[in-house]
Amino acid sequence: MTAGDPGQIFREEAAELLADLEAALLQLEQNPTDREPLDTAFRALHTIKGSGSMFGFEGAASFTHHLESAFDRMRKGELAATPAMIGIALAAKDHIRILIDDPASADAAAGDGILARLVEQSGSATLSACPRQEHDDAERRASWRVRFRLAPDVLERGTNPLLLLDELRELGEAEVVALTDGVPPLEELEPTRCHIAWDVILTTAHPRSTIEDVFIFVIDETELTIEPLSASASASASVSAPVLAMASDGPAPSPQEPLDAVPQARPSAPSKAEAGPEKGRAQPATNSIRVPAERLDDLMDQVGELVIAHARLKQLISDGVDLQIKSVTEEIERLSNGLRDITMGIRMVPVESLFGRFRRLVRDLSQELGKDVVLTMSGEETELDKTMIERLNDPLVHIIRNSLDHGLEPAADRVAAGKPPQGRIHLSARHAGTRVLMTIRDDGRGLDRDRIRAKAEEQDLIPPGAKLSDAELFQLIFHPGFSTARTLTSVSGRGIGMDVVKRTIDGLRGTIEVSSTAGGGTEITLGLPLTLAIIDGLLVRVGQGRYVIPLFAVEECVELPPDVERRHANRNFLNIRGALVPFLRLRDSFGVRHPPDLYQKVVIISSGDKRVGLVVDQVLGDHQTVIKSMSKLHADVANFSGATILGDGSVALIMDIAQIVAAGQIQEPRREAS
Amino acid sequence: MTVTETRSFEALTLGLGGEIFAIDANSVHEILDIVPQTEVPGAPPLVSHLINVRGKVVPLADLRIRFGMDRTPPTIDTRIVVVEILLDGEPTVVGLLADKVHEVTSIAGASIEETPDIGMRWNPDLIKGIGKRGDDFIVIPDIVRIVTTH
Repeated sequence: MTAGDPGQIFREEAAELLADLEAALLQLEQNPTDREPLDTAFRALHTIKGSGSMFGFEGAASFTHHLESAFDRMRKGELAATPAMIGIALAAKDHIRILIDDPASADAAAGDGILARLVEQSGSATLSACPRQEHDDAERRASWRVRFRLAPDVLERGTNPLLLLDELRELGEAEVVALTDGVPPLEELEPTRCHIAWDVILTTAHPRSTIEDVFIFVIDETELTIEPLSASASASASVSAPVLAMASDGPAPSPQEPLDAVPQARPSAPSKAEAGPEKGRAQPATNSIRVPAERLDDLMDQVGELVIAHARLKQLISDGVDLQIKSVTEEIERLSNGLRDITMGIRMVPVESLFGRFRRLVRDLSQELGKDVVLTMSGEETELDKTMIERLNDPLVHIIRNSLDHGLEPAADRVAAGKPPQGRIHLSARHAGTRVLMTIRDDGRGLDRDRIRAKAEEQDLIPPGAKLSDAELFQLIFHPGFSTARTLTSVSGRGIGMDVVKRTIDGLRGTIEVSSTAGGGTEITLGLPLTLAIIDGLLVRVGQGRYVIPLFAVEECVELPPDVERRHANRNFLNIRGALVPFLRLRDSFGVRHPPDLYQKVVIISSGDKRVGLVVDQVLGDHQTVIKSMSKLHADVANFSGATILGDGSVALIMDIAQIVAAGQIQEPRREAS
Repeated sequence: MTVTETRSFEALTLGLGGEIFAIDANSVHEILDIVPQTEVPGAPPLVSHLINVRGKVVPLADLRIRFGMDRTPPTIDTRIVVVEILLDGEPTVVGLLADKVHEVTSIAGASIEETPDIGMRWNPDLIKGIGKRGDDFIVIPDIVRIVTTH
C-alpha cells in the first residue's frame, strides 16, 4: 500500500469487502442462525467503516456505522437475522457502494429511508451514536493484559497509536504503560519510527474479539498478546515497565514480567512465524498482494514476446550448431515456458467470483417476479482468465434473467405440470480439454419450438416449412431483434440481448450451445478458452500469406480430391465419411491472385452446429499463438479476430471462424444464383 | 478545411513521391528499415499491411495512396517511420512508409501558410498547412485525418 491514490486503494478494497458482505448476507438468509456469515458480515462492515473514515469517506463510514451496530447486536443475540433485516442490509450495502464510488450522486433521502427501516426492524428507538459507548456490565467484566508493539514504520503509514489507546480506554478501565525499552540511544533515534510498546491492563465487559477488533487494521504488523487475568489478580495486577510507570500505583513488578517483556522488545522485524495464534485468524490473506490488472497485462505481453523470441532463436539454430548453444536454448525454452505458465496462472481466478454475484440477482429477480427460485452451483473452483470473467458477467446476467423470466413457470403452473413448486437454476463450470464449459440450466418450460419457428418465419429468417434440426432452430434465438416473449417485462424481453450475448461470446472465441426439452427445461452451454492471451492454433498458408486457425475449431485436415477440384465452383461439397460438408475456398475469400498449389488441403472446422471445410494451399502445423489485438484502423476487417507474431518475426492473422463461415454463407447463394 | 498549423514545431522531414512532408518529431517513435509485411485481406488499401514493431502488431500506412502518388517499389532509402497518433483519444502506433527520411528540423510558425484551396491536386482536408524552407515547400500532413478518412 505504498503507491497510488489511497482513495482508489480503499475503493478497490471496499468493493471486495462489499462482495464478501453480500455473499455473507445471502448465506445468512439461508441459514439465519449460522454464526460464520454473521461474523464475516460484521468484519466487512467494521473494516469499511474504519478504513472509510481513515481515507476520508465520512459519509460511507457514518452510514456503515449504523448497520454495523445492528450487526453487532445480532452477534450478541439481541437481534435476529430476519429476512426483512437481510433485505434492508442488502439495500444498505448497495447504498454504501454508491457512497464510496460516487458520493456526489448518492441519494441522501434513500439512505435515510434505509436507516429508518433499519431502526424500525431492530426495534430500537434511536441508533447508538457511538459504537463504543457501552454500559458496563459488572457481572461480565473481565481483566485482560493487552501488550502490543506496533511495526516501526507504523507512523509513516498514518496510524496514530494514541487513537488505538483511546479505543482501548473506551472499552473499559484501562491502565496504560509505555514500554520504552525499545527506544534506542539518542544518536540512533529516528523520530519518524515508533519505538514504544504498550502494556494495558484493561477491565471490560467486552469479549476478547472486541479488543482484537481495535487492532484490526494493524494486526498483520503488530506483536499483540492478549492474556486474560484472573479476577483476583486483576485488582492487584500491574504493568511491567518500571520506567515511566505513571499510571501504575500497584506493587512493584514481579521478576518474571520484565523478562517476558524483553524478548518482545528486541528490535527484530516481526515476522508471520512469530505471530501469535490470534493474528492469523483475523486476516488470512496476509501473503497476497494487490496488483493492477494492467501490470499483469504488461507482464503477459513481455512473456509473450519472450516466447516469440525464443521460437525465433530456435529457428535460427540449425542442426550443425554448437551443442552448448543448443543446450542453452533448450534451457531457455524450459524457462520461458515455465514463465508463461506462471504468468497465465496469475491471471486465473476461480469462477466463484463470477457465480457469487448471481445469488443476489436471482434473489432480487425472484422476489420481483414472485417466483420461488433456488440457485445452485457446482464447479465454482474452476479457474478462468480474469478478463474473461469480467466480460462474461453481462452475458450470464442476461441468460439467467431469461431463465427466470421466461423459462421458469409460476408455482401454480409448475405444480400443475407435476414439478416441485420451487424453480431451479443451476450454474456449473468444468474443464474440458483446453476449454472451460459453463452451463446454465433451468427446469422450466423449455424453449417453445413452434413459437420460435413462427417468429422466424414472420421475420423471414427461415423459409416457411423449412426443415431444421433443434440445434439450428435454437440458434435462431441469437438473431438480432428476436424475442418470442409475448409481454415485455422490465426483466427481459426487449428483443435485445441474446444477440449481444452471442456477440460477446464470439468475441471471447467461445461457443454457445442450446438444448431444451419441452416442459423439462433449457440448458445453455458456453464453451470458453482458458485465456484470452494465448491460443493453440493451426498455421496454414493461403497464397503467400500465413494464417492461424484456432485449433479448438479444427476437426480434421483432408486433401481436396482432384475430381472435386476440377469441377470448380459447381459443387462445393465434400463427402466426409458419408456426410456432406460444404467448403469455402479461402483463396477466393481473401482475393489471392498467386497461383494455387497443386494439391489443395481442406481444414474441416466446426462452428456452432455447422461443419465447414476451409480450402488452403498448405497446412504448416500447430502453433502456440500469442494473441495481439489489431489496431482501430482494422476494426472493420471482420474476418480476423487478431494477429500473432511467428517464429521468423513476421505477422500472421488469426481467423475469426464464425465470421468467415458467416461471410461464406452469404457468398455461396450468390454464386449459385449467378 | 482543417485548422491550419501555425505554431513552430520540431519536425521530421521525409520524402514521399517527390514531395517533402513534415511530421511532428515528438510523435515519432523510431525509424525502421523495410521489414517483412503481412497483407490483411479486406482491409482498406491505405493500411493493407501489418508489420511487427518490437513484438507489437502495427498497421503500415502508405500515404502515397491518399495523395494519388505512384507506388514505386521500395529502394535502399525506403524507411518506415513509426509514429504514435491519437485515434478517438486512444494512442495508436502506426508505421508510415517514406521514400527517404531527411532530417529533424525546426519549422517556424510564421513560415506556415494556410493550405490553398486551389492550385493543389490534393484534398486540402488532409493537410494542416504548407511550410516554407528556403525555396522548398514542405507539406504538413494531418495523419489522423489521412488514416481515418475513407
